[in-house]
Amino acid sequence: MTNDTANCDLSSKATPEQMLYAKILEIGAYSGLLLMIISYILYVLGVFTPHVPIETVVANWHHGVHEYLAATGSPQGWSWFVLMGKGDYMNFFGLALLALLTIVCYLVLLPGYLRCKDRAYTFFVVAEVLVLSLAASGLVGGGAH
Amino acid sequence: MLKNVLKLITNLWLWVAVLVFTSPVAAMASAAAEAGVVPGGDGKPWWFWPLVLLVFCFVLGIIAVLAGVGGGVLYVPLVSGFFPFHIDFVRGAGLMVALAGALAAGPGLLKRNLASLRLALPVALIASSCAIVGAVLGLYLSALDPRYVQTALGATIMGIAVLLLCSKNSDYPVVTKQDAIGHALGIEGLYKDQATGKEFHWKTHRTLPGLLLFIVIGLMAGMFGLGAGWANVPVLNLLMGAPLKVSVATSKFLLSITDTSAAWIYLNQGCVIPLMAIPSIIGLMAGSFVGVRLLAIAKPTFIRYMVIGVLFFAGFKALDKGLGLGIMG
Repeated sequence: MTNDTANCDLSSKATPEQMLYAKILEIGAYSGLLLMIISYILYVLGVFTPHVPIETVVANWHHGVHEYLAATGSPQGWSWFVLMGKGDYMNFFGLALLALLTIVCYLVLLPGYLRCKDRAYTFFVVAEVLVLSLAASGLVGGGAH
Repeated sequence: MLKNVLKLITNLWLWVAVLVFTSPVAAMASAAAEAGVVPGGDGKPWWFWPLVLLVFCFVLGIIAVLAGVGGGVLYVPLVSGFFPFHIDFVRGAGLMVALAGALAAGPGLLKRNLASLRLALPVALIASSCAIVGAVLGLYLSALDPRYVQTALGATIMGIAVLLLCSKNSDYPVVTKQDAIGHALGIEGLYKDQATGKEFHWKTHRTLPGLLLFIVIGLMAGMFGLGAGWANVPVLNLLMGAPLKVSVATSKFLLSITDTSAAWIYLNQGCVIPLMAIPSIIGLMAGSFVGVRLLAIAKPTFIRYMVIGVLFFAGFKALDKGLGLGIMG
């Protein structure tokens, strides 16, 4: 048997790492949703000036993404981060939090698999973190250009 | 305690948000604050489509829960077919919708040990890697001609409808002998049936074809911005032999990983417009909460067939739009 520790977490109860994963996911998901609601209300009420005026967004959302970006002067990749003070890009904080959660949660699983000497699942966790980090980096698909 | 407080606050905020967003008065007020109605591309005030989208997604969220499908599979074909948004933005929002739903459901599934990490982790690595490829490919095809993606989406949605119509899930599939890959990876678990209190030791078979199918599932999830729960469950349950409840829970948890990778591609490419994505997410989440409460009194068989009908309709609409037939206007 390649994985001689396969039964390390064979139980009908969740492991401590799994419970911690769930806890982080819960706090993160609800915080992200809450942030999105607050930032969206501030955005549509015009409390903060948006980078792209709402009417420009509406006039261009039927175009493809390249045409839309050119017409609105919207950034790609992580460039939105410098526009965090703008009404529209404030919304990206909540969206990005939701998209980052799984990477953080996966790291929580590592100690458990290392403790069990479960090499296969240690590899799955590390590889997944790398895959998701690559996707988030903006290096794939030209997002960082 | 913390969980209850969090849920209470979130539920409160969701309802406040729904009230704020669905109140024409509030919308009018904010429009007035903008010194009058700002016309959109089609002459309607700017808040018209986000407001319609919020209400539409609220209803969609209820239906999705009752039918046992993720929101994304209904959202993408219907919104791309009947709303003025380009399919690039619909797919970006669709992924965020599916991701938010999966993240909200994940904690409960993990705590009750219904979602199996041993089953999810190997599968997630394949599906999420392929979802990145699918997202890049989908955006490339869309840049060439959006009708390619629209046509492929229509065909896929109609295929999903056929799959839902024909699939008969099995509560406890019989796995007489675990295959070598499943055995080597230790893909097994203990599932406690809440009704009987009995523990059920499950394991997988046909692991390799199952893992290979997740390449296709990942590609489609990324390319079309669909949640792919409709495909996860049959593969985990019928092909690999995991119990139905474990398959459903693991599938929902899987979406939080698969959709994360594809969502980042769409986010980084600028395919997520907050003005339409956030009402979609909030509407669907609020609808899901209501849907869960309606589950007890709903007739699931009727809802299931209604959703299959809607999928056929949405798939045909996407095909019609993609092929430029003009049958449905």
